[in-house]
Amino acid sequence: MIIAEKKPIGEIIQEVKGYKRLLILGCNECVTVCEAGGRKEVGTLASALRIYFMKEGVEKQIDERTLERQCDHEYLEEIRDIADQYDAILSLACGVGVQFTAEKYHTTPLIPGVNTCFLGANEQRGVWTERCQACGSCILARTGGICPISRCAKRVMNGPCGGSSKGKCEINKELDCAWQLIIDRLRDLGRLDDYEIVAPIKEWSTERSGGPRKVVRADVQVSA
Amino acid sequence: MSLRTLDQVKASGELRTSSRLEKIFRMGHLAVTSECGPPRGSDPKAVTEKALLIKDHVDAINITDNQTSVTRMCSLASCIHLKQMGCEPVLQMVTRDRNRIALQSDILGAASFDINNMLCLTGDHQSFGDCKQGQNVHDLDSMQLIQTLRHMRDEGKFLGGDDIKRPPDLFVGAAANPFADPFEIRVPRLAKKVACGAEFIQTQCIYNLDKFEEWMRRVRERGLHEKVFIMAGMTPMKSAGMAKYMKNRVPGMDVPDEVIARLSGVAKDKQPQEGIDICVEAIQRLKEVEGVSGFHIMAIEWEEKVPEIVERGGLYPRPQV
Repeated sequence: MIIAEKKPIGEIIQEVKGYKRLLILGCNECVTVCEAGGRKEVGTLASALRIYFMKEGVEKQIDERTLERQCDHEYLEEIRDIADQYDAILSLACGVGVQFTAEKYHTTPLIPGVNTCFLGANEQRGVWTERCQACGSCILARTGGICPISRCAKRVMNGPCGGSSKGKCEINKELDCAWQLIIDRLRDLGRLDDYEIVAPIKEWSTERSGGPRKVVRADVQVSA
Repeated sequence: MSLRTLDQVKASGELRTSSRLEKIFRMGHLAVTSECGPPRGSDPKAVTEKALLIKDHVDAINITDNQTSVTRMCSLASCIHLKQMGCEPVLQMVTRDRNRIALQSDILGAASFDINNMLCLTGDHQSFGDCKQGQNVHDLDSMQLIQTLRHMRDEGKFLGGDDIKRPPDLFVGAAANPFADPFEIRVPRLAKKVACGAEFIQTQCIYNLDKFEEWMRRVRERGLHEKVFIMAGMTPMKSAGMAKYMKNRVPGMDVPDEVIARLSGVAKDKQPQEGIDICVEAIQRLKEVEGVSGFHIMAIEWEEKVPEIVERGGLYPRPQV
């Protein structure tokens, strides 16, 4: 799932200062699960901003709304009739939602309220860690189900590098060395010999470098 | 290995490049290399003056590539300066900073100056250096860079498939760290680098001689010492403080307590000499280890001690090739 983190309130205040009528728009999916931009966070942020601007003696209308998702046309349509009542929308969705909302309401300024961080999993309550870099060409079958692209700081395809120490990465003693994890798993799977298979040079064009990506399922498209 | 003359080596057909280092290995000598770090500026004298201190005591000189991710004059330019003063350079190239276009391009640049040796490395993470906020590249990793260099040289082709006019004439090296974790894959990792085409290896600096000899035993068990020339890395300690720092703060470094104790046991002003003595003794011991084909002496900012280490290690004079 997409993991995001609330932007610092100071940064948000700077961005919304100039707008009198503000809609804080939350999302009920990923940002709700990682407690950054769901209904609860919309409410907390709205209160904080109201208090701040009240203290500053600045009059603002700050409304709250949470959509099921902001990355789908049908849910974004739900605010069609109210969108022009606001000078700006402060969206707490991930970067996808912010942009999709902006595309739909292109005369309304869109301000992001969270930093979209990575694709990750929920290790425990309050802790999320990265697992996937969306390279578009998954090699997990060959690496014991552990991804060297997202979990190795140097994304080496034939690791570990010389900086792996006691199972931890050279950049941070608390960060697991992805290649130690891969080796441990290959060992547990009885496949440590696979370690010597040389991973070929990566085809990076399915990743960010190749340009913005698109997936089409012609078989499910609705013909005009 | 018994010694052969250069003519015998040439006649054997085993030479793959014009590299002086390759010739020395194949003649059966213990090769000696050292390294210079380029300056944090554009004055070539900073490289050439260091090279002058060591050039008669080594067969080739490595130039590091923005080591520890600290921005310096590039390795390629420094190697060209070395070449122009008659030294044999070893171009170190990391995959951290260049994509495959730049890697292949720099390889051709080096080859155009008849630089004949390259060490293929991953590189320290940029967070260690002066540009922590920068991107890293790692389009290829060090294993794939070894493959690429061999492919360019032996097939005469770019990665994209087109022919290379005047393919690069470079002897291919890689690094090995017998002391990094996990130990159990350190020999398989060497095997992998050999399978990718590495022709010579320089190891991380060695203080734990027992552990290194154990690694070499496993290397020999797999016959890898016959497929690749292994140079033992040596760095003389300047002080007990340096030894402790390396033990505790440098990843992949194994410094036994005995080494620290030995250095701490002498007065501070005697510690540098003790460090050199430890280094010389290590060389003398490791010369006897089957499969050790040479020594890579890394005395960064202490290059003036390389001649003493080489001479007392019984490695002087260097063969004339």
